[in-house]
Amino acid sequence: MTVTQAVFFLLAAFTLGAALLVVLATNIVHCAIALVFTFFGVAALYVLLDAEFLAAVQVLLYVGGITILLLFAIMLTSRISARGVKIMNEQAGISALVVFAILALMVFANLKGLVLAAAPLPASYATASLGRLLLTTYVLPFEVVSILLLAAMVGAIILAKREREKD
Amino acid sequence: MVPLSHYLILSAALFAIGMFGALTRRNAIGILMALELMFNAVNLNFVAFSRYLPQTMLQGQIFAIFVITVAAAEAAVGLAIVLGLYRNFKSVNVDEINLMKG
Repeated sequence: MTVTQAVFFLLAAFTLGAALLVVLATNIVHCAIALVFTFFGVAALYVLLDAEFLAAVQVLLYVGGITILLLFAIMLTSRISARGVKIMNEQAGISALVVFAILALMVFANLKGLVLAAAPLPASYATASLGRLLLTTYVLPFEVVSILLLAAMVGAIILAKREREKD
Repeated sequence: MVPLSHYLILSAALFAIGMFGALTRRNAIGILMALELMFNAVNLNFVAFSRYLPQTMLQGQIFAIFVITVAAAEAAVGLAIVLGLYRNFKSVNVDEINLMKG
């Protein structure tokens, strides 16, 4: 086993463990903290895949942005110290069944069908060409997604705004 | 080196965990967290494919960037909706918000 493989398996175990904690922990704040660790694990996997820019974006946006947003929402809504509250609905059993079936299907298809690409391509310095492509070939989706962000921002403000006068 | 299928299986497991959370959580914020897990699994797939398969224009990483952007927009709007729900129902448990249930 090479060093890369060892690092991969460590990171995979770390990420999956944190993800399980996100889904199964009873305290919602603990879930948010575990989510941070999951995001860090995925960012480290991006580095392992030579996608440094995406790793940086992952840390900035997910760890720095979305988690803070989630924590704000948790603080604003639920009572943190509420104990003995059921965290799962009554579909837990059948959900587990369906999820295991889908996971088995994906793993089976993966092992059965995909024989190509056992070794990665030679490493390329992707960040520079990423920036160039975003402003040339992909400039239209880039602009569309910025309009989407603007719309989402306005929508979030309107949805979260208190109504001035109650009828 | 780590073969591509390892990454794909890891991503499938991450997706399955997120799906389980989205199906079983009662707290709406918990469901959003599980959704983020699923987004991450999909992104991991994109980046792994972009590293292992020949391509002309970095499609995998570019698409992952757009997925992250849309996920950020989704989180902002979703949490605003959760806040609105809490204001109207005094609860964020999705099984108690059943106004339109027949």
